[in-house]
Amino acid sequence: MSKKTLVRLASLAVVLILWEFYGRRVNPILFTYPTAVARAFFELAASGELASYMRESLMVLAYATVASIVAGVLFGVLMGRFATIEWATDMYVSALYSMPMVAVVPLIVLWFGFKVPAKVIIVFLFMVFPVLLNTFEGVKNVDRNLQEVARSFCSSERQLWRHLIIPSAVPFIVAGIRLAIGRGLVGMIIAEFYTSITGLGYMIVRYANAFETDKLFVPIVVVMILGIGLMWLAKWIEVRIAPWRRFDERE
Amino acid sequence: MAKICIRNLTKTYSGGRVVALSDICLDIEPFESICILGPSGCGKTTLLRIVDCLIPRDGGEITFDGQAVYEPRPDIAVVFQHFGLFPWKRLDENIAYGLEIRGRPRQETAATVARYIELMGLKGFEKAYPHQLSGGMQQRAGLARALAINPALLLMDEPFGSLDAQTRELMQEELLRILTTEKKTMLFVTHSIDEAILLGDRIVVMSRRPGRIREIISVGVPRPRKIISVRAHPRYIELRARLWEMLKQEQDDRIPAETNA
Ligand SMILES: Nc1ncnc2c1ncn2[C@@H]1O[C@H](COP(=O)(O)OP(=O)(O)O)[C@@H](O)[C@H]1O
Ligand SMILES: [Mg+2]
Repeated sequence: MSKKTLVRLASLAVVLILWEFYGRRVNPILFTYPTAVARAFFELAASGELASYMRESLMVLAYATVASIVAGVLFGVLMGRFATIEWATDMYVSALYSMPMVAVVPLIVLWFGFKVPAKVIIVFLFMVFPVLLNTFEGVKNVDRNLQEVARSFCSSERQLWRHLIIPSAVPFIVAGIRLAIGRGLVGMIIAEFYTSITGLGYMIVRYANAFETDKLFVPIVVVMILGIGLMWLAKWIEVRIAPWRRFDERE
Repeated sequence: MAKICIRNLTKTYSGGRVVALSDICLDIEPFESICILGPSGCGKTTLLRIVDCLIPRDGGEITFDGQAVYEPRPDIAVVFQHFGLFPWKRLDENIAYGLEIRGRPRQETAATVARYIELMGLKGFEKAYPHQLSGGMQQRAGLARALAINPALLLMDEPFGSLDAQTRELMQEELLRILTTEKKTMLFVTHSIDEAILLGDRIVVMSRRPGRIREIISVGVPRPRKIISVRAHPRYIELRARLWEMLKQEQDDRIPAETNA
């Protein structure tokens, strides 16, 4: 085991032990401690409650992720390729991207109700703009020198996309997807605060209102682990599809 | 008949305020190697870009085998100073690029690529990405990519300019060797006097703004050439002094250049 891992594990152990020790001295309505959270976790997992709440959250996240990648990449490419589309739409795109998306959540609820479609739309809105803008940047920022190379070899428009524009935009797109996943998790929890009677966000609200703090911590920890896992997955995919970017890997 | 005729070529930038080329006339014979020599900013890159129709010209004509040229031709290949390799392509894929664009059959492409990898001494690095290679190797790949399409005209824009002195000499020697086996018409841009004498049958000396041809000089050193034998040739000493004097004048003329425009 490397020294790095060792230090990390030691740090984790110290924090958990301190939390356990001091957590037990606080009123259980206000705070909790690791073993209580673990107990609550197994309880909720065994009863199937956690799985059923999580299933809906993950479903919403999956739909919104697919929709935002498809829409974001498609529209980003169009914006990057056709100046007219860019000029006609870039102000709305940057306005919507800069706006705290939470602000429109009540409106979406008003229009689309409390069920899955409304949640998917909310999470989609949180996710789509980083994907779109990064795709746009990627398509726009194609190296001019390489554009000249392609022209001098008499590349057709289709070959230009295949050999130059798409490969050079891919890392931008993946970076956009990574950003989007972070925002998507926020959107998912907020959407569930506002809307449904299921999902991890609803679980948080419910156990907070019931003052069952140990159970409240279960969805929090699950969302945290989900975030870490998804980021790691995105990174893994990035390395797979853009292996030339591993600049440190010199034999 | 000349392979390429360039007639009264002019080019300005910034709405006519910067004259990059004015009244350039040049005939290039088949299998001739022309070196364009001049201080930086005199329009060498501009000339090369216009010959390949990568940028529009303001006036003048270019013919290739008697045909007027208006857009990039598939039988002209460029070797860029910045190498211009695709970072996401492995070395062999980069060399195959031009052949793929031309839609050559896979087997033929693979065979040609293998031949140039061998010829350029890149064996064993086929699967490396450009960032894993040294500058010299990257430029060899750039040269291989250009040669692989078997071009009738090779345009080279200071291809060895960013390499260290030793690698540069190795590359020059290699290019001389290749040109003896694969005869090519070549237009080679450089700001190095030595390189111009070594590689050129004729040297076109350009003057600073507004980019004109100052003089065209025949090198008169027989082929096949080698660095050592060229340097020992009596013409080398003579030409070197003459070219050096010319370039020095160009440097000094920098300011009055505006008045004789
Ligand atoms: N795209 C451009 N826009 C404006 N001026 C340019 C452009 N490209 C080159 N120039 C100018 O034209 C002149 C010739 O440039 P260039 O052909 O690159 O010279 P060289 O290759 O001999 O160094 C220079 O003064 C340069 O500043
Ligand atoms: Mg130049």
